[in-house]
Amino acid sequence: MRFLPLQALKMKRFIGFIKKEFYHIFRDRRSLFILFGMPIAQILLFGFAITNEINNVDIAILDHSKDATTKEIINKIAASEYFSIKQIIEKESDIESIFKKGKVKAVLNFEKDFSKNLIKDSKATVQIITDATDPNTANTISNFINAILQKYQKELNKDITFVYQIVPETRMVYNPELKSVYMFVPGVMTIILMLVSAMMTSISITREKELGTMEILLVSPIKPFQVIVGKVFPYIFLSIINAIVIVVLSIFIFNMPVQGSLLLLGLESVLFIITSLALGILISTISATQQTAMMISLMGLMLPVILLSGFIFPISSMPIPLQVISNIIPAKWFIIIIKGIMLKGVGIQFIWKETLILLGMTVFFIGLSVKKYKIRLE
Amino acid sequence: MGISVKHISKSYKNVKALQDISFEVKPGELFGLIGPDGAGKTTLFRILTTLLIANEGTATVAGFDVLHDYKSIRKHVGYMPGKFSLYQDLTIEENLEFFATIFGTTIEENYDLIKDIYVQIEPFKDRRAGKLSGGMKQKLALCCALIHKPKVLFLDEPTTGVDPVSRKEFWEMLKRLQEKDITILVSTPYMDEAALCDRIALIQDGEILQIDTPEAIVKHYPKQIYNVRANNMYQLINNLNAYKYNHSVYPFGEFIHYTDSREDFEPADLVAYLESKNLLHIEIEKTEATIEDTFMELAK
Repeated sequence: MRFLPLQALKMKRFIGFIKKEFYHIFRDRRSLFILFGMPIAQILLFGFAITNEINNVDIAILDHSKDATTKEIINKIAASEYFSIKQIIEKESDIESIFKKGKVKAVLNFEKDFSKNLIKDSKATVQIITDATDPNTANTISNFINAILQKYQKELNKDITFVYQIVPETRMVYNPELKSVYMFVPGVMTIILMLVSAMMTSISITREKELGTMEILLVSPIKPFQVIVGKVFPYIFLSIINAIVIVVLSIFIFNMPVQGSLLLLGLESVLFIITSLALGILISTISATQQTAMMISLMGLMLPVILLSGFIFPISSMPIPLQVISNIIPAKWFIIIIKGIMLKGVGIQFIWKETLILLGMTVFFIGLSVKKYKIRLE
Repeated sequence: MGISVKHISKSYKNVKALQDISFEVKPGELFGLIGPDGAGKTTLFRILTTLLIANEGTATVAGFDVLHDYKSIRKHVGYMPGKFSLYQDLTIEENLEFFATIFGTTIEENYDLIKDIYVQIEPFKDRRAGKLSGGMKQKLALCCALIHKPKVLFLDEPTTGVDPVSRKEFWEMLKRLQEKDITILVSTPYMDEAALCDRIALIQDGEILQIDTPEAIVKHYPKQIYNVRANNMYQLINNLNAYKYNHSVYPFGEFIHYTDSREDFEPADLVAYLESKNLLHIEIEKTEATIEDTFMELAK
């Protein structure tokens, strides 16, 4: 055998292994799709389709007074970009039927003699009836209509000075337009990185077991540690590309601002990728087939990430036991970190605690999988 | 420097896979493990290739202990598992290159060793391993197991599922490898392949029945075997089984292998008996014992 310096030999072996991994990835259409199709599809899906912002919501008007004031209010509502008046109805009984047909999301019901009451009693009533089959949207609609009415009221009162008046003025910071895409980008990024890193590595390691190639790899000078590193290395690389694609898409398609440092965002993402890879390795040590690995990744990782990480449902409104459980989900901490960086523009001094938690989890998972990794078949 | 196995036992939960197995394979020997499926051949291979740990006993491969020196063994042996275990989505050349790299060598370096085999599959070197025929897969797997010039080669049922022509070629290749000072341990369920080994161990239910050269094993067969044939083979088997003096009755190709329990057996007696059972065209002739006969006798 030709003599090669040991380091060079090891390096060559490692490169050879990684080359083989890339062949696997690029020759398997399914994994290619998961790697690159999914992130783009998900980000577009969440950005465009699955949204709870309101935009041109159809409403109906039931105007019992039909005077100057109501007309003005109706015009103001119609002029806003949030609402469009779909129908003018004439009697109370139409409200029910119009909701049942699902044509409108809300009905404005002005009482009789609206102007007159307003001048006489300085008080007039308009009823806002919303379709609460989708409670979030109903809530937002009613808030928006309220806001328009308040603004109008202020205009009416601008000449009169009240001595004591408390007017709460709510301002939504960090996402002033309440754009849901800003909420979804961090979540989708987390899901994608988790999916690609954990599921793909666990599948690719168990595939070697299932096809029997692990048997040959074990009976070779390559060390189990090198096999694992060789397995995860391509996925680190591909996950970083994915993270970049997601950020670029959200900046250019959804005009999402990235307030904080891109470098910090990148480093934190790499940390989370490594956490997920460590989880993937752990999954592969406990599952014998690709199917099992996939099921564990989907059920054990994806569901908690979607449900308990605060991505869709706010953690603070969860029951206490679930809030406690959410702490052990790495995604929760990563979402806090990237929301902080992307939306609030904070630096490491505000998120070092979360970063440390993620780091600790990563070390724990790696330690556990090294301990569980088998150098033999049983 | 070959293989030495001493009192190896292995059980899975309550199944005894191997019981007190001992044998020696001399350096440069082509040693066959012959036995049916489930005899424990694969378990023994996995213990010797350091993939499993035996419950009892010790073994050395190329001078290294399978338990303590497992890292050294992994550098110096070639292993071809029973199931085709190469990367199906990699081409012939990529598979070979990969295994050369992880063993710290190159295809060129040991090309002379695999040349005879590799030239047969080289025209298809850009084809993915998953798309190869059974025979070609085995040849590729053998190349991959040989690429680092191992001292000991473990082949677990290398010819199962391979056509007869490729099987014959495969064994010729093993003979040539043996000339290059490689110790070979091969397992097979095919008795006809046993005759091509230097020495064989007959194994069943985790126990070794006999170890010897194929010639000696056949020579020591205790009885005279007769080839029996008649117009209705099914009826013939039934009648022979019902014959009170029979010692063994096994179908063997176009004949029935028959042995009689009497010392002074006269074939004419048997002919008379079979004729009384309305069988026609009865032929009886002496024949040589085969390894299969020995196996069946020992496994009784």
